[in-house]
Parts: sequence; structure tokens; C-alpha cells
Amino acid sequence: MHPSSGDRKMEQLKGRIIYKGKAKADALVTTMPISFYGGVDPNTGVVIEKDHELNGISIKDKVLVFPQGKGSTVGSYTLYRLKKNNAAPAAMINKETETIVAVGAIISEIPFVDKIDISRIKTGDKITIENDSVAIP
Amino acid sequence: MELTKQEQAMLNGAEGYAVRKSMEILVALGEIFGAKNLIDVGSVQVAGVSYHNLGDAGLDFLDSLAKDGRVKVLTTLNPAGMDMENWQQLGISPEFAEKQKLVIDAFTRMGILISCTCTPYLIGNLPLYGEHIAWSESSAVTFANSVLGARTNREGGPSALAAAFVGKTPCYGLHLNENRIPDIHIQVNTELSKLSDWGALGYAIGKKAENKIPYITGIKKADLDALKSLSASLVTYGAKPLFYMKGITPGAETQTQPKETVTIEASDIQNAYDNINDQGNEIDFVCVGCPHCSIKEIQEIADLIKDKKIADTTELWVATSRTAKQLADKRGYTAIIEAAGGKFACDTCMAVAPLKGRFKALATTSAKGCFYSRQNLMKTKMGSMKECIQAAVTGKWNN
Repeated sequence: MHPSSGDRKMEQLKGRIIYKGKAKADALVTTMPISFYGGVDPNTGVVIEKDHELNGISIKDKVLVFPQGKGSTVGSYTLYRLKKNNAAPAAMINKETETIVAVGAIISEIPFVDKIDISRIKTGDKITIENDSVAIP
Repeated sequence: MELTKQEQAMLNGAEGYAVRKSMEILVALGEIFGAKNLIDVGSVQVAGVSYHNLGDAGLDFLDSLAKDGRVKVLTTLNPAGMDMENWQQLGISPEFAEKQKLVIDAFTRMGILISCTCTPYLIGNLPLYGEHIAWSESSAVTFANSVLGARTNREGGPSALAAAFVGKTPCYGLHLNENRIPDIHIQVNTELSKLSDWGALGYAIGKKAENKIPYITGIKKADLDALKSLSASLVTYGAKPLFYMKGITPGAETQTQPKETVTIEASDIQNAYDNINDQGNEIDFVCVGCPHCSIKEIQEIADLIKDKKIADTTELWVATSRTAKQLADKRGYTAIIEAAGGKFACDTCMAVAPLKGRFKALATTSAKGCFYSRQNLMKTKMGSMKECIQAAVTGKWNN
């Protein structure tokens, strides 16, 4: 038996790959859906939607964890713009995704997994994503 | 999802970047929505054309696809953010025009017909009953599913483009019989007397049949413009992009009338007007053609406005396809409307042009047009073509 397997308690969650890839970064978690078009500043990655619990916080280089997208289908292009401006999340995790964010992740090549129990993840957790696997401390 | 050898090769990049990206999008959507396979599509309608909505990011993405992406099926285009020829007269800035032209250049390189209309079914992209298609533009999707009996989900811009480059779409949702069964019976107990009443009906049904497929009874007569207007407003205000109308649309006779019944009375139509119409009666913008005016509607405008003059304080836009305008040119309708001071807005419309802050109060025949114009910070009034033209002439809403 590996000596550290008892106390390290690294938890492995398995989801569904929407866009494959690897990333390691701090989690930023919200229980609220995100509208990328109009809700996130495409130049900085700061959430600008009024009344959103992430308002004023940047999603840049985070593992962004949220239930699913909402709003205009143009939001797919906002993700692409974030990527071009180096302001995109390092990876994304959804509870159950929909078309806007799925298409956005694919065209922007952002690693993206869904069908994950996002209540297991807390803001600040060091998350490692590799294809369909999500490792949380 | 099961892929053929050829589809797998496309996913692996055998046909280049645009096809690979497209396959990634189609396969991901197929997996998300439980499709078993891809199916051939007869045509595609691509939305996401206005630079106002795309921004530089969208333009970049379209440019990257245009390098090696060529459409495999008949593909038409939604309205742009401006009239591609007459943009200066509509007050569009040269900076915007330059970017909008780059967007159109990218679509041109892809082999798309630069139709720039939300009524592709009026200009040569007319799907047949039962034909699978991949369309974006919610009003056209609803018209195709309901009035024509074709089959499409409500695609976004990128997923429609992906279908065009591959010639296929994942088979789920409204492509399947089991998802096209009506959920709710809407019994209409009132007469609809003018075009805007159909928009009001769409509003009333949309609110009562949120995310459902309505089976509408009680309507004795409907024409193209009525069903075009209903298609736009029904889906804007909440229903699924498919309806049946007993005795009028194809397929209604093969479906069973749902047990759950909701009635639409005259008071529901009035309630729709009350919700759509804001206070005040000063009008500085009259825009008709959401969805784009048919040639019959242009004729009606010409008849109403002949020998009149539009108020100095008001602009009148007739939003339509360039194809319809060319017919109007030959018949003399264009000359009549322009002599009165009206402007044609081809290739564009009030929902996608950069109009925020330009006008204070809109008059239109369209319930959908009111919805989008409120986002552009206008007050809105909806009424008949006659009421709209009168508002253009007097600068006032007469109610």
C-alpha cells in the first residue's frame, strides 16, 4: 500500500469530456449559471453581471466551476474572445452543460468537463483536470 | 455517438481545420443531447452575422474557419448589422461598416449565399415537408418546422456553420418524431383582424405554453405574413420552435389534440398589446419588417404612403431582403416609399443593427421587434401597418 494514500485523500471525480485537455489551477466556484455575453468582460475576464455572486471577480486562469451557461448564443464567441485576450479560464467544470458554453469551449480549446457533482468543489481548491478526470484535494 | 469511417476521418482532421472543429462541435452536441448518429441536412441558415453581436472575437473565429472551410450544402445568411449597400443613409458609422464588410467577406469565402435575410424560405431556401435542415434564426426555425413541416433544432451560429461544413447535424430533439408531439392545446376563441394581432397571439401563447409545443385550434384562415409574424413572436415569448394549427399547417391532422387545454380570449390579445405598448405617443422611429417584409407587405406600405410625407421628426425603415426590394423596384413601390421619405433597410433589421440610443420610441407591426427594441432602450408601440404608417406621417401614435 502506498504510504501517503491514507492521509492525502485526493478525490477523483469522473465526468464527461466536452473538450479534452489538461490543466492545473485554483477553482473558482459559483452555484449560479453564467451568461458570458454581457456577463463577463471579454478583455479582462472579470464578471460584470449585476447581482451575480462572482461580480467583480476575474475568471482568468481559474478552473471555473458553475452549473451551466445561460443567455445569448453569442456567448460562445465571448469565450473565444477571452481566450484570444489571454483572459480565459484555464479549464471549466459544469454540472450539466448546454450548447452555448460547450460550443464556446470547443472553439476556444478550453479543457471542459461536465456531469460532475460541483458541490464537492470549493473556491481555492487546487484542481487538476485531465480529460474526463477531475482531481480535488 | 456512432460515427462512420468518413465522419471519424473528418473528426481526425482529414479535411482540414474547419471540418475538424465542426465535427468536434457536432459530436459534442450529439453527446450532450443523446444523439445516436449524424444525419444529412438539405440546407443551412446561419445566424450571428451582425458585427454588433459578433465583435472582433466572432470576426476572428469566422476568419479562422474561412481559411479552409467551404459549405457542402445550400447555405443562406441571416441579416447583418447594416444595409450592405445603403448603410450611410441609415446612419451607420464607417468604422462599423468596415468591420461588417470583413464579416461578410469571411462568409463569402466559405461559399455561403450572402442573402442577409431572416426569411430564407422567401428567397430560394425552401425546405420540403419532412426534410432535415440545420437552421439558426428562431423565427425561421419555427416557420420551417411548423408551416413547412421541415425538421430542425434551434441552432446557434457556430453549430449551424458546423453543419454547413460537414453537411450533417446530430439527430436529436426536433429531428425525431417522438419530440415533435404537441404538449398543449391552445383554443383560440377570438377573431384576429390585423397583422399585429398575430404577433399578439404569439405573445399570449408563448406565455401560456412556455417551453411547450402548442396545438392551435379555432383559426379559420391564415396567410403567409400572418404565420411569419406568429412564428417570430411565439418563440420570442417562450414556446418551443414548433406549433401545429389545425386545418392550416401540415402534420396537424396526424397529431392528436393534447388534453391540457388553454383558451385564448380577446382579453388575452388585449393583454399582449398592453404589455408590449409603452406609455406616451411621440414616435421617432417606425420600422416594419420583423421578420423581413414580404413583397405583399411592401405593396401594402406603398399603397398606404402614396402621396404622403413622413414627419421631419420621424424615420421610416422598411426592413426586407434585397430580393424582395428588387421586385419592389421594378413594380415602382420603392419609388413611392422613398418619395414619401421612407428608407429601405435591406440585409438588416431592428433586432441586429447598432441602434442603442439612436431612437426614443418605436412603432412597428412586430411583437418580436418590440422585444429587441426594448433591449435597445426604445419605448415600443405595436399596431397594424396602417397605424404604423400613420405614425410615420404624423410622428405620433394615435390610440
